[in-house]
Amino acid sequence: MYLQDVIWTIALTGMSLVALGFLLIIFRASKQADEATRAASNATARKLKTWMFGILLLIFVSGSWATLHDYPIVFQDGSSGQQAVTVVGRMWSWDVIPDTIRTGVPIEFQVTSEDVNHGFAIYDPNGRILSQTQAMPGYTNRLHYTFSQPGTYTIQCLEFCGMGHAPMSYPLEVVAKGGM
Amino acid sequence: MASLTLYPEDERLVGASRVAFNLYMITAIGLFVILMIIGLTMRLSQAMWFEVQVDLFYKLLSMHGTGMVGTAALSTTAVMWYFLRKYVNLHLWAFITNYVLFMLGAVCIIVAIFIGDYGALWTFLYPLPVNGMGLWSSYTAALFMAGNLLIGVGSLLFYFDAAAAIIKKHGNLGRALGVQWLFKGTIDPNHPKAVVASTMVIIANSLGILAGAVVLVMSLINVFYPDMHLDALLAKNLTYWFGHMYINATIYMGVIAVYELLPRYTGKPYAISRPFIWSWSASTLFVIIVYPHHLMMDFAQPQWLTIMGQVISWSAGFPVFLVTTFGALQNLHRSGIKWKTPSRFMILSLFGWAAGIVPAILDGTVRNNLVMHNTQWVPGHFHFYLVLGVLSMVLALMFHVTGSRTQTPPNSSADKIGFSFYLIGGLVFVLAFLAAGHMSVARRMATHLEQWIPTDKMGSIGATILILGMIYFAVRISIGLLRSPSSSQATGASSSSSSQ
Ligand code: HEM
Ligand SMILES: [Cu+2]
Repeated sequence: MYLQDVIWTIALTGMSLVALGFLLIIFRASKQADEATRAASNATARKLKTWMFGILLLIFVSGSWATLHDYPIVFQDGSSGQQAVTVVGRMWSWDVIPDTIRTGVPIEFQVTSEDVNHGFAIYDPNGRILSQTQAMPGYTNRLHYTFSQPGTYTIQCLEFCGMGHAPMSYPLEVVAKGGM
Repeated sequence: MASLTLYPEDERLVGASRVAFNLYMITAIGLFVILMIIGLTMRLSQAMWFEVQVDLFYKLLSMHGTGMVGTAALSTTAVMWYFLRKYVNLHLWAFITNYVLFMLGAVCIIVAIFIGDYGALWTFLYPLPVNGMGLWSSYTAALFMAGNLLIGVGSLLFYFDAAAAIIKKHGNLGRALGVQWLFKGTIDPNHPKAVVASTMVIIANSLGILAGAVVLVMSLINVFYPDMHLDALLAKNLTYWFGHMYINATIYMGVIAVYELLPRYTGKPYAISRPFIWSWSASTLFVIIVYPHHLMMDFAQPQWLTIMGQVISWSAGFPVFLVTTFGALQNLHRSGIKWKTPSRFMILSLFGWAAGIVPAILDGTVRNNLVMHNTQWVPGHFHFYLVLGVLSMVLALMFHVTGSRTQTPPNSSADKIGFSFYLIGGLVFVLAFLAAGHMSVARRMATHLEQWIPTDKMGSIGATILILGMIYFAVRISIGLLRSPSSSQATGASSSSSSQ
């Protein structure tokens, strides 16, 4: 299960709920209400709005906590002690040293660029993104990742950098711990 | 409170105002069609149904992005002007100067792209524009940036004129926004929503454009003095501060059409309320400080900015869902509405906004951004609220105005067919992008991998259907606008096409 699948499910659910809300009202739009009904439905609307506010607030607070308390980006002070892999992007190729990595070893990718902005994204052998960071000239971004499966991964540039942007990829070999 | 007459006298377009409005709208709808066809060309090429050379693809992408953002701004500025002029004293010269500067800017941009081969996209992210690897020169980039600058100056001019007029009427911008009613006091029921929304846009977008001007001027200096390097992170912050606000302003200008027109079509008054004031004051703040969600993958960015980007992205959902969408749907509920082309587009536009914000908020979450950033998820969510949201708002007003000649809103069978094309094609088109993002298809790529092609094909089909509807609208609206009356009483007046 990829995080993308969770996001996609939530998005489809959310958009469908919005669509449902619209359809419900649209089906009730053409029939005109008299004054009494209108007053009653205004009162219902007020209640509904309070409930919606409550629910959204709950989602906001719990969702923010759930997604932020264990902050997904490592602190950038550079003192991790993990195995470092230096990554330099340039128009239109990557330098990755060392270019073979073991599973189970926490890796710190130290990513920068020599010229323009590039994007450093790791695609797994199934072609799905696992994580990414920007490669920006003058800055080094530290991305932590631990691979669990051996295989040929792909580093793909994800920030438009001119003509050679799309083919700007690099195969990253991940071998089983012990092996090599 | 807005009048419930469909075509009130104080909205009638006469003389030079009418010419200006028609210029804006006919230019806009023509540009939309052309730029959509350019968009379709790119989608077809990603689907391998049509071959486009790589360098041309990025020129088309630069043209489509810059052109669409500019045209969305142009047309929604006309929406804002159309309603705001009833409440404050706007100068027509400012509105027209904005148009002229826009067109001059557009010429610079078109020349830079198609003659100078500029291909560094609408975001002109430093230092790519000055590093074209021989494809385009720095001077070409300078021309492109000068074009943007001209368009920005035009917008600023229009906003400053509007700000002056609003201040003259309401004392200051805060009072126009209604902050005096946030906690206490009886809200003036006649305080126009159009003034509240316009004030928000003026405040936020002027700041955004100024940031854009700063980064453009810095980049221009860099073109001529290449030794003066800019800080790439600072330049990116400024660029997205500008870009985010500029494109978001279009929806806040466009929605004025819904506030103003919807109650006339439902026949139910749509009162201003304290939650409404809150929502616009909050949105003013949100839209100014939310932009760091574009820099979540820049780990060098101060952490608090990134966290703010997420928290504010989520907060932005409250005003949209609880106030604008809820209020409009409440207005529609049991109203006995007789559906017309403009009212259909109004409701579609709110759906586009409310539904499109769902994938946007998901992407504005740091954790999710790690796997969604710069995938086609991004064009997925922004096309959702630009194509189905902003454009529908503009189309609603355009259609409404074409009905002013006979004082009956348009509602032909052809309109209904066109609307279904737009709706169905639009949904297929945006869902194809979102589905692609879910599968990690990268955005902004001329060449796609084999396994990415199915969603490219789906998107191309959706876009084709949508464009068929849009071409019909463009013809119908252009003719309708040219035929609407220019002087005296509208009723009974027949086709006098141009006025002065
Ligand atoms: C039929 C209608 C449309 C089609 C077929 C279309 C197609 C496209 C395509 C293929 C892309 C590039 C996607 C990628 O990165 O792989 C794109 C990007 C974009 N589109 Fe559209 N589009 C349409 C309508 C619109 C509208 C109405 C707007 C705005 C009002 C708009 C604004 C943009 C912007 C801002 C970009 C980003 C450009 C960039 O990445 O630099 N598009 N569109
Ligand atoms: Cu790239």
